Amino acid sequence: MNGEEQEILLKEEASFAPKSLWLDAWRRMRRDRLAVASLVVIALYTLLALAAKLGFIATPWDAEVGTAYAAPSLASLKTIFGTDIFGRSVLHKVIHGTRIAMSVGLVTSLIAIPIGVTLGALAGYFGGLVDEAIVWFYTTLSSIPSIMLLVAFTYVLGKGIFSVYIALGVTGWIGLARLIRGEFIKHKHREYVIAAESIGAGHVKRIFRHILPNVSHIVIINFSLQFQTAIKSEVILSYLGLGVQGQPSWGVMIDDSKLELARGVWWQLSAATLAMFFVVLAFNIFGDALRDALDPKLKKG
Amino acid sequence: MTTYLVRRLIYTVPILFGVAIIIFSLFNLVGGDPTYQMLGKHATPAQIAELRHELGLDRTKLQQFGDYLGQMVTFDFGRSYSTKQKISEMIWSGIPPSLSLAIPAFIVETLLALIIAMLVAYFRGSLFDRIVVVGCVMGMSVSALAYILFGQYVFAYLFGFFPISGYDPDPILRFKYVALPALIWVTVSLGINVRVFRTFMLDEVGQDYVRTARAKGLSESSTLFKHILKNAMIPVITYVVIQIPFLITGSFLLESFFGIPGLGSITIDAIHNSDFPVIKAMTTIETLLFIFGNLLTDALYSVVDPRVRLK
Repeated sequence: MNGEEQEILLKEEASFAPKSLWLDAWRRMRRDRLAVASLVVIALYTLLALAAKLGFIATPWDAEVGTAYAAPSLASLKTIFGTDIFGRSVLHKVIHGTRIAMSVGLVTSLIAIPIGVTLGALAGYFGGLVDEAIVWFYTTLSSIPSIMLLVAFTYVLGKGIFSVYIALGVTGWIGLARLIRGEFIKHKHREYVIAAESIGAGHVKRIFRHILPNVSHIVIINFSLQFQTAIKSEVILSYLGLGVQGQPSWGVMIDDSKLELARGVWWQLSAATLAMFFVVLAFNIFGDALRDALDPKLKKG
Repeated sequence: MTTYLVRRLIYTVPILFGVAIIIFSLFNLVGGDPTYQMLGKHATPAQIAELRHELGLDRTKLQQFGDYLGQMVTFDFGRSYSTKQKISEMIWSGIPPSLSLAIPAFIVETLLALIIAMLVAYFRGSLFDRIVVVGCVMGMSVSALAYILFGQYVFAYLFGFFPISGYDPDPILRFKYVALPALIWVTVSLGINVRVFRTFMLDEVGQDYVRTARAKGLSESSTLFKHILKNAMIPVITYVVIQIPFLITGSFLLESFFGIPGLGSITIDAIHNSDFPVIKAMTTIETLLFIFGNLLTDALYSVVDPRVRLK
């Protein structure tokens, strides 16, 4: 063994210092420049949405800031993306669209994740009849094409952002439940779970205290994908007139702009499309990076 | 083989029943009275009562559920509220336009995605691979609506390569109208499909039989085409076949935007008109097609891969 090899071995030993999954994942992510950039984009969108929500920027969005259909100009920040048919600032509308999109992503994830985790965990952990009932339920629900289910939900609950939250939340948990169920089936007979049982941990404790933390990376990866799916779905629903009402959302802006293009008014469509593009792209890249960093199966490769 | 298929067929019965319960509950139990939405604010009580009778809403909930199960079996969903046509006839007339857009688009898109995925698998890890993957993610992040709107504006309106919208039932002339929507369809779905197919190929690259093939001295290209491609075809076929039933229902956005009178357009019109019976019928039909597609895929899968039958 020459000196160089010895040094490498020593270094490897040094890196065996305790590192948690999350710390390890964070180290991997930090090296991935694209992932860091997409995290920055997501943070910026979140800040914009919060600032708009709290009324710090872009208020009021429906004020007239210029003539109708003024082309984008650098003269003032308000007209940097031009104005719409009522002379309202497209920039302000895009910012409020960001607020809607981020809130839809967040709220639907907050609805879908607890349902998906709980049902997936129960099905995988208990097996038997419980498993069959839950699998039957989500197979049935996922047999109805999601767009039709969304339409049915908004039809039932009435139009508006509240229905969008519920519809996307209640339909968005199935993929997560499937994954969590699979992981629980793998984990429930592992030694650490048996050890927990032998020191007197009940079912609830074993599920939530012992197994769940070991599969939580799946929730995080899923969150990132769920978020951007929700954003895209909101745009389609609002475009169809089933989503957000009376507020500027990216989908509503795209719907408004479909008759504008023939008049040469391209800025409203472009602004809404670009705003959506960057955040969805960021979530896509970030989700992929998370999967690479957190999925132990890929680490060996 | 037959036992497997019979077992699989029996398994769809509780699913079908569950679907019936969910759709029925959404539309007939939770949804409240659709007549108010359909008739608007100025409806007289007599009008409401008449419509309720027409839709069978004055019967007990159990009878209504029975009616619905009957509709699922006979495909007789009554009449559309806004056009007064029989829904089954609307559906039959909507299938050909949907298919004339969906079939060419689907074939081109699948073949193109497969070819790109194979190239990427061959040059995996190279700059080319990375560019294609990043391009796919970028393509997936653009809203489908943007492709449609800009596509129509640039290629139909500015350049005049295609008609702006419309449809002609003539067997040949229709392709003039579906060309641009089909092109947009291919663009929208190419990103995601290339990525999926690439994963299927790369999943096989690490397998033992690939190492064996290389060890006995096969070239990289014959390993790829003779060994990897054959095995990767199993998930590819599954992925492709499961989409086939949906070709009948076409594309909601493309059809309604380009004025192609297919099932997608019918659904969107129904949504805009609050046409309760049509929305319910389309939801049911899409669901039945999905279940049928799953069944078909599983059957095909068990023929291609005998191990499935043992599960």
